[in-house]
Amino acid sequence: MQSGTFHTTYASDVSLRPYWPQRIRIVLVLVLALIFPWFADRYWLNLANTIAIAAIGAIGLNILVGYTGQISVGHGGFLAVGAYTAGLMAVNLGAPMWITIPVASFVTAAVGAFFGLPSLRLKGLYLAIATLASQEIIIWLLTHGKLLGIGESLSLPRASNNLFGLPLEWLGNNDFAFYWVCLTLLILTVIFVSNLFRTRAGRAFVAIRDQDIAAQVIGVDLFRYKLLAFATSSFFAGLAGALTAHYRGVISWERFTIETSILYLAMIIIGGLGSVSGSIYGAAFMILLPALLSNVARALNDVVPNITTYLPYLQQGAFGLAIILFLIFEPEGIVKMWRNVKDYFRLWPFSY
Amino acid sequence: MDRFVQLALSGIANGAILALVALGFVLIYKSSDVINFAQGELLLIGAYLTYAMVEQFGIWWPAGVVLAVILSAVVGVLIEQLVLRPMIGEPAISVIMVTIGLSSLLRAITGAIWGVTPRPAPQFLPTDTVTILGANVGIDRIWAFGLAIALFGILTLFFRYSREGIAMRAVADDQQAALSMGISVKTVWAVAWAIAAITATVGGILLMSIFGGVSGTIGRVGLLVFPVVILGGLDSIPGAIIGGLIIGLLQSFAGGYLPPEWGMGEVVPFVILLLILLVRPYGLFGQRIIERV
Repeated sequence: MQSGTFHTTYASDVSLRPYWPQRIRIVLVLVLALIFPWFADRYWLNLANTIAIAAIGAIGLNILVGYTGQISVGHGGFLAVGAYTAGLMAVNLGAPMWITIPVASFVTAAVGAFFGLPSLRLKGLYLAIATLASQEIIIWLLTHGKLLGIGESLSLPRASNNLFGLPLEWLGNNDFAFYWVCLTLLILTVIFVSNLFRTRAGRAFVAIRDQDIAAQVIGVDLFRYKLLAFATSSFFAGLAGALTAHYRGVISWERFTIETSILYLAMIIIGGLGSVSGSIYGAAFMILLPALLSNVARALNDVVPNITTYLPYLQQGAFGLAIILFLIFEPEGIVKMWRNVKDYFRLWPFSY
Repeated sequence: MDRFVQLALSGIANGAILALVALGFVLIYKSSDVINFAQGELLLIGAYLTYAMVEQFGIWWPAGVVLAVILSAVVGVLIEQLVLRPMIGEPAISVIMVTIGLSSLLRAITGAIWGVTPRPAPQFLPTDTVTILGANVGIDRIWAFGLAIALFGILTLFFRYSREGIAMRAVADDQQAALSMGISVKTVWAVAWAIAAITATVGGILLMSIFGGVSGTIGRVGLLVFPVVILGGLDSIPGAIIGGLIIGLLQSFAGGYLPPEWGMGEVVPFVILLLILLVRPYGLFGQRIIERV
């Protein structure tokens, strides 16, 4: 029975997953992820892809909100920047996705750093309101994009979905092919972000969150690291946005309104602030909840008349209720619940 | 000149409504440090309750409006008791998120009851127009402005002379000191939410009569509260009023004078918001206690 953290070698001290149960769980999850697409139909593949893309975006937002402590209500705007950058490149230049996705991510990182500028003077509530303004301004730019040569919605050419010259259809249907793209990018994101918080920059982010003045006193350059946090966070928002653009084939600004920003905030609050795995749990919860509700509603359609017409309100209400209940009863999110379960079994039968 | 007067008058009327909604927001922020993202939904609920009382239940409209105002005050107190009370001492992001969750829940409830199709507003404000300085203005807008001013007057008297009002100012000034003087902070919070719900309801009724209908979109005014309160100062009641009028006027002029396809009326408040935050984050009349790092 594991009763504490006892590292005897340096290698085990720096390892991300030092214990055998953790490694076995990771391998199990990976094996499941690898065999899942061969058995799932397109409905489930679509859900899985949506979750993977949302998880990338949520991890990005968690870097900013959970790890650096800067509240942002503008994530939807950054997703839009990524999606439209990728879309415009694919439409106007005919660029393939393996070029547009990285470029869109970097462009979004730059835009994010720009809109992070108010964070140099503001914090807490005031910063949240500033990011709300940036969200509204980005959406205004998109809806009045004729001035800038952007249409309100874009259809991406199918031919842009190719990796290094190989068309993606070669892998199978759209959902199946994108499953592998999304999964790969999600795994890379998880590895990158988990390691980010063991580097100088990551430690600086956490220091800023915990006590910004103290961080400045010990030599963390607030100006630089706050902007870096905004840029890194937006980089993943751009990645998620560009992936959405290529996966859906059609993008329009309605996908990226303030409701989207709120959805992503809800994901990381419900999943767990300051936790990479929490972002994934939160994304899964927030994507599966409406899907589950619509399935239940369809099953109950004969028993309860008109339930499907009320479905949008049920979903919206459940969304709001989930946020409120989690914040009141488990503010640390799904990650804490999962830890409680693990602790229960680890300590059993001595629960104290 | 006609056009200028016209735009100015409609801007002032809209600004007065914005100021009403912002006033509730500021009250809640001042007394309990809660940033309320559900202010627009309080307005929506107030408007729908009025619609239900007057049109659906057919109550004589003054009685219906009073009933709707009382009911929405009850809703405000319930929200404070059930949702905000457990969040005391939680970090800012949690409090923000809980009001966001609340706004989503309230919108779902109004949507489930009244649907998405706009409902015609009960007509109790006259709809004719009068000519002032050569500009045609709807009487309903003048009513909106007059009612807003009257409500401000009542609230000013309330804060100055009533026991509860003085207690609220004391709590806003210093919670610890107020507690030790025997003021019940919990009651003050409940009253703050009740007043916020009432001002939002009055704002909702006025907005509904000006638009001629009530639908989910009028809840979007809730977002416009942020430019107003930041401009006026997050914790200043006169600031909310003046900020509301300025934002209303700017929206009206930007939407009226610049090419309409730019849609400047929608984005100008938020550009102002960013500028104010960068230059003078405590706004025109706010307390200069904002921390900078």
